[in-house]
Amino acid sequence: MSQDMSEENLPDRPAHEGGSQVATAENPFADPGFPAHQPRRQDIDEKAARSSERTVAFLFTVSMLATLGFIASFVVIPIDKIVYIWPLGHISALNFALGMTLGVSLFAIGAGAVHWARTLMSDVEVADDRHAIAASPEVRAKVMAEFATGTGESQIGRRKLIRNTMLGALTLVPLSGVFLLRDLGPLPEDKLRHTLWSKGRLLINQNTNKPLRPEDVAVGSLTFAVPEGLEEEQHDYQEQLAKAALMIVRIQPNDIKDKKSRDWAHQGILAFSKICTHVGCPISLYEQQTHHVLCPCHQSTFDLSDGARVIFGPAGHALPQLHISVNGEGYLEALGDFEEPVGPAFWERG
Amino acid sequence: MSTNTSASAKPRGKAPAGERVADWADGRLGIYSLGKANLRKIFPDHWSFMLGEIALYSFIIIILTGVYLTLFFHPAMNEVVYDGSYAPLQGIKMSEAYASTLHISFDVRGGLLVRQIHHWAAIVFVAAMLVHMMRVFFTGAFRKPREINWVFGFLLLFLGMFDGFMGYSLPDDLLSGTGIRFMEGAVLSVPIVGTYLSFFLFGGEFPGAEVVPRFFTIHVLLIPGIMAGLLVAHLILIVYHKHTQWAGPGKSEKNVVGMPFFPVYTAKAGGFFFVVFGVIAAMSALVSVNPVWAYGPYRPDQVSTDAQPDWYMGFSEGLIRIMPGWEINFAGHTLVLGVFIPLVIFPLVLGFMGVYPFLESWVTGDKREHHLLDRPRNRPVRTGIGAAWISLYLILLVGGGNDLFATRFHLSINAITWVVRISFFVLPVLVFFITKRICLGLQRRDRDKVLHGRETGIIKRLPHGEFIEIHEPLEQGALFKLTQHEQPKPLEVGPEVDENGVEKKVGPTAKLRAKLSRGYYGEGTQIDKPTVEEYEEITSGHGHH
Repeated sequence: MSQDMSEENLPDRPAHEGGSQVATAENPFADPGFPAHQPRRQDIDEKAARSSERTVAFLFTVSMLATLGFIASFVVIPIDKIVYIWPLGHISALNFALGMTLGVSLFAIGAGAVHWARTLMSDVEVADDRHAIAASPEVRAKVMAEFATGTGESQIGRRKLIRNTMLGALTLVPLSGVFLLRDLGPLPEDKLRHTLWSKGRLLINQNTNKPLRPEDVAVGSLTFAVPEGLEEEQHDYQEQLAKAALMIVRIQPNDIKDKKSRDWAHQGILAFSKICTHVGCPISLYEQQTHHVLCPCHQSTFDLSDGARVIFGPAGHALPQLHISVNGEGYLEALGDFEEPVGPAFWERG
Repeated sequence: MSTNTSASAKPRGKAPAGERVADWADGRLGIYSLGKANLRKIFPDHWSFMLGEIALYSFIIIILTGVYLTLFFHPAMNEVVYDGSYAPLQGIKMSEAYASTLHISFDVRGGLLVRQIHHWAAIVFVAAMLVHMMRVFFTGAFRKPREINWVFGFLLLFLGMFDGFMGYSLPDDLLSGTGIRFMEGAVLSVPIVGTYLSFFLFGGEFPGAEVVPRFFTIHVLLIPGIMAGLLVAHLILIVYHKHTQWAGPGKSEKNVVGMPFFPVYTAKAGGFFFVVFGVIAAMSALVSVNPVWAYGPYRPDQVSTDAQPDWYMGFSEGLIRIMPGWEINFAGHTLVLGVFIPLVIFPLVLGFMGVYPFLESWVTGDKREHHLLDRPRNRPVRTGIGAAWISLYLILLVGGGNDLFATRFHLSINAITWVVRISFFVLPVLVFFITKRICLGLQRRDRDKVLHGRETGIIKRLPHGEFIEIHEPLEQGALFKLTQHEQPKPLEVGPEVDENGVEKKVGPTAKLRAKLSRGYYGEGTQIDKPTVEEYEEITSGHGHH
C-alpha cells in the first residue's frame, strides 16, 4: 500500500534541530535557542523566599488543624443532626463538617506542595535528549536472528503434526469456558409471551388492593391495576409485575376510534399494558383531554383512544390491550392473557 | 570497592537509616537503576498537561472510596423490610442492596460522605478523561509513537463509562433500576441472540435476583482490574516515550524541555493529587449527588419523571430518544431497529475517536515520530473533525435531556426532538466548516503578525496627514514559534502511465486515500506560512507596514 504513494509530501526536517548557532544573520525564523532564565523574586530576595516558606508552612498547619476538626466532628456531631446552611438548605451537619474538614485538610497539603514547588524549588528549565523508540538495525537483526534460532530449535516449522494439533487444542479449549456460562440463566422459551393474566382474573386496584368495579373508574382518571393473586410475598413478584402491570382509563365509547379497542373495553374502560413497548419503562403520564400517555423515560407517546398507537417518540408499536369484561358479581375481570407480548420488542416477537 | 571511598563522607558510624533502607531495596529490586533513569526525568510544563492528572487522581480516589464502600454494601437482591433510621422508608420492602445503601447513607458516620466522594469522583473521572482526550486530539499528541497509548486511553474512557453505569446501578433504587430496565430493552433488541443474552444476563426474566451481584463483581473486580492494567501501561508509555511539548525556542523534536520529576513534579503532581481530592471532598460536602433515598426502592411498575442517566451516558440516551421507532416484522421475527441502531451507533461514535490516529496517519502518509505538539489552528481539518465530533456529542447530550430542556425552557418536547434529529446530521458538518475557517483565519493572523509585527495600538500621523498604526516586529523567539510548524503537501497518486508508457494500476483505495489526503493538506486547508524572503522584503523595505 505504502509503495504506490510517494512520501514526498512530508517536509524535510532541519538537520540542525535545536541549534542556535545558525540563527539570526541569515534566517530570522531560526531557533534562537533557550531564553536566559528569569529569576523569581524568591531566587534573589531571601525575604520573599522566607515569606513563601511561611505560606507553605501555614498551609500545612491548616491541614493539620482541619484533620483535627474532622476527628472532632466525627466524634461530636450526631449522625442525624440536620442544620440549615445558606444557600445549601437543610443538610446533614455531619456530612457537611466531615466533607469540609477533609476537603480543607487535603487541599491545604496540595496547595502547600504546589506553592513550594512554584516559588522555592528551582524553576530552571533543562533539556533531556529523546531516544529513538525503534531499535537500531543491528539490534533488530540480532533479535530476528535469535527468534529464528528459537523457532528452529523448537522444530515447529518442521513438525507440522505438532503445530496443527497444538493449534487445534488451543482453539477448542476455550469452549469449556463458553459451556460453563450456559447456566447463567434459563432459556427464554415463551416466557416473554405470557403474563399472569388469564380468563376470569380480577383487576386489583393498586392503591386500594381491592378488586375494581366499573364505577370505580371515572372518565379522565388513570388507575393502575395488577392481576388478582399477585402477592408481594411471592418470590417472582417483581418479574410478574414487570409484565402484568396495567393502566386503566375510561373514555366515552364514542370517542374510541379503534373498533377492536372499543370491543375489548367494558363501557369505555380500557386496560392497557403499562410497560412501554420501547425499552420497558412504566408509562405514567396521562393527558386527560387528548387521552395521550407519555413515557417519562424516552417520551414515547401513545393515543389511548386509538388503540394506544404510537404518535410520537421512539417506541415501535402500540401498547398491548387486555380484553376485559365484568363478572357476575360486578367486578372487572380479564377475558384472557394479552394477545401479544408486553414490553420491549425482541427477535422472536414476530 | 576500595577502602578510601567510604572515608570521604563519613569516617565512622553507619550511613543514615534512609540510605540503608534504599541499599537494602536496591539489592533486591534494583531501585537505583530505576532512579537513575527516572528521578530527574524531565517533564514539560503546560496547564493542559494537567487534565490527564485529574483523571488519574480521581481514579485513585474512586478505588480508595470504593474499597471502603464494599465494607458496608451488600450486593444482594433478596427482599428485606427497612428498619433503619431514615423514617420515610421504614417498613417498606426493598432489596438488601438498597437497604444497605440507605444504611451507608444514614447509619454509618461518614458513609454518606464517602458515597458522595465516590460518585462525584466518578463524574469527574469520566469528564477529565474526555477533556484530556480532546487535548491530546487537538494538539496531535496521538501521533507516532503514541498511537497505542491513545488506544489505551480510549479503552480507559470506554470502560470507565461502563463501570460508572454499573456502579450507579448497584443501589437498586428506582432511578437506577429504570436504567437497568433500559439496558434489558437494549439487549433484547439485538437480532437473533438478544433474548438469550438478556436471560443469561439477568439469570431469567427481568429483573430477577442476579443482576446486582453480577454487576457488583464486574464493577469492583473485572473492569477496575482491566482498567488498572491499562492505566499502568498508559503511564509506563508516557515515561518511555517522554512527554510531548509545545514548540518554542530551544525545543525540538529531539529534546524534551522542562523541569525534573524530583523534586519539582513530585511536589507539583503529588500536591495536585491532594488538590483534586480536596476539591472533590468539598463538593461532596456541599452538593448532593444521587440521593437514592429520595427515589425509593426499584419496582418495575414505577418510575420518576426526569429520569436521567449520569452525564457520560447522556449521549447514548440522546441516541435512543431521537431515534424513530422503526420495527420490521418478517417471517415471525422482529428486527427492532429503533433500539438496535442507536445501540450500534453508540460504540461507532466513540470508536471513531479510538481509531482516529491510524486513520490520520494513513490519509496523510505520515509515519514519522512527532514529539512537538500542533497548534490546533495549524491543522484545520483535524481541528474541524474534532469540533464536529464534540458538536455531535453535545447535541446528543441535549437529546438525552430533551425532557429537562422542555420543562425548564417551556419548549415543545417534539420540537426539541426534531431539532436534535436534524442537527445530528447537519450540525457536525456546519461545525466542521466553521471551525476550519476559523483555523484558517487564525493562520492568516499569525502570518500577518510574523510579517508585519504586533499591533501596538499607537497611532502615528504622517506629515501629509495619513494615520498609520505602528507595528512592532516580533522577537526572534516568537517568529520561530509562529513559523516552525510543518506544512505537508497532500499525497499524489502519481502519473497514470509510467516512464515506459505502461499504464499503472491505481486501486480505488489509493485513489480514495489521495482524495482524503487532498482534503487534509490540499488547497484551502492551510495558509502558506511566511518565507524568509517575504519577511526580508517587507522588513528591509520602506518601514511602511
